[in-house]
Amino acid sequence: MLKVHRNICGYCGCCVSVCPEGALELMDAYLEVSSACTGCGICTRACPLGALEVQDEGKV
Amino acid sequence: MKERYDVLIIGSGPGGAIAARTAANAGLSVCIVEKRPAVGTPVRCAEGIGMDALAEFIEPDPAWISAEMAGAEIIAPDGTSMRLSSQMAGSKVGYILERKLFDRELVKQAVAAGADVFMKTRAAAPILEDGYVCGAKLEHNGTVADVRAAVTIAADGVESKFSRWCGIDTTVPLREIMSSAQYLMTNINIEPNITVFYLGNTVAPEGYLWVFPKGDRMANVGIGISGRKSGDGHRAIDYLDTFVKAHFPEGKIIESIVAGVSVCRPLESTVADGLIIVGDAARVVDPLTGGGIYNAMFTGKLAAETAVKCLKSGDVSKKALMEYDQAWRASKMGKTIERNYKVKEYLIRQPDEKLNSLIRSVKEIDLAEMSTFNLIRELVRRNPRILLDFGAIKEFLA
Repeated sequence: MLKVHRNICGYCGCCVSVCPEGALELMDAYLEVSSACTGCGICTRACPLGALEVQDEGKV
Repeated sequence: MKERYDVLIIGSGPGGAIAARTAANAGLSVCIVEKRPAVGTPVRCAEGIGMDALAEFIEPDPAWISAEMAGAEIIAPDGTSMRLSSQMAGSKVGYILERKLFDRELVKQAVAAGADVFMKTRAAAPILEDGYVCGAKLEHNGTVADVRAAVTIAADGVESKFSRWCGIDTTVPLREIMSSAQYLMTNINIEPNITVFYLGNTVAPEGYLWVFPKGDRMANVGIGISGRKSGDGHRAIDYLDTFVKAHFPEGKIIESIVAGVSVCRPLESTVADGLIIVGDAARVVDPLTGGGIYNAMFTGKLAAETAVKCLKSGDVSKKALMEYDQAWRASKMGKTIERNYKVKEYLIRQPDEKLNSLIRSVKEIDLAEMSTFNLIRELVRRNPRILLDFGAIKEFLA
């Protein structure tokens, strides 16, 4: 599942635009991840800062 | 906030604000909602716009212009520089804006024309009836209210969630998102009236790095790279930090900005029943330059004009609103997007050596009118063989 490193996130919405599931949404400066997230990792690539990480269920 | 408006606009950027101003001036009741607590911030933009392009929408005002540009410089991967200037000595070709104040002014003008505006108010879902978009559920300070509208204009930027909720796929392919980072820097040595673009796979893979002057010893220093070239240790921010360390070691960063900029083709359809999509949300950013301010204002104005007509005739179906979609595609803006998409697709495939030789072929040009079109035409004139590589754009250069 997707981990948002909130100390890194710049809440720019780059990830939101590439998510094929529409699972990401910015609530102003807070990135929300919905249950539609499949952990595909596309957003982790697009992030300009490296704030997103797909983690194993056990690690979260 | 009223329960019903003629036009509800999601997003208070230049696209939303010009749509609101245009619709309100035509006598419609208009409401803009903005989920963020302030207009124009946080900035997600390099802030450049052409002089003539701006003048189509607003009279230039030093209050929100940071600097006036007289020319541009393109730096090849090997450091070769190409300088572009206008034939008319001393003439200005563009501006670097102060978006926070520019966006605020546009919203102020929309309000002066009669529009309502509500900040920190988030469109949480569309109101859908019989397949028509009939407004939105709006969240504000913990309350939710239905606001109905004959036409809803989605001007919600790169995130483009509203249209997605209405069933339109707005996903940007990973390779066509410019993963971007920018510092507003001060205490740096720059030419105050020249925008500088750095190309190359080492500097900015499938994108470019820019230095856009913002005044005395101050500039937006930023970069966009393709999402597919981005990953741990080689993200936009990493490339930017490397550049800044090498070029502006004495500079200080006074604002740190990140963004996503789409360089894909526009949405297949930018209308639905009761819905018009404008600006970044419609993916009408110029795919070559990444510029989106003008295109957002252009589509915003056209969207409002179409809404005015369709409200008058009482038909806000997709078929009726399609006039907007067809009009922008047939416009100079629409054609420029299509041409520049092809040029972008050509350029991103070129190795550094090719970019070096292209730029070396035109070290200095005085263009009658400075524009990407004239630059491309000049590059083709001096490198006729590239037409073999991108014959598809021939028709545009004739």
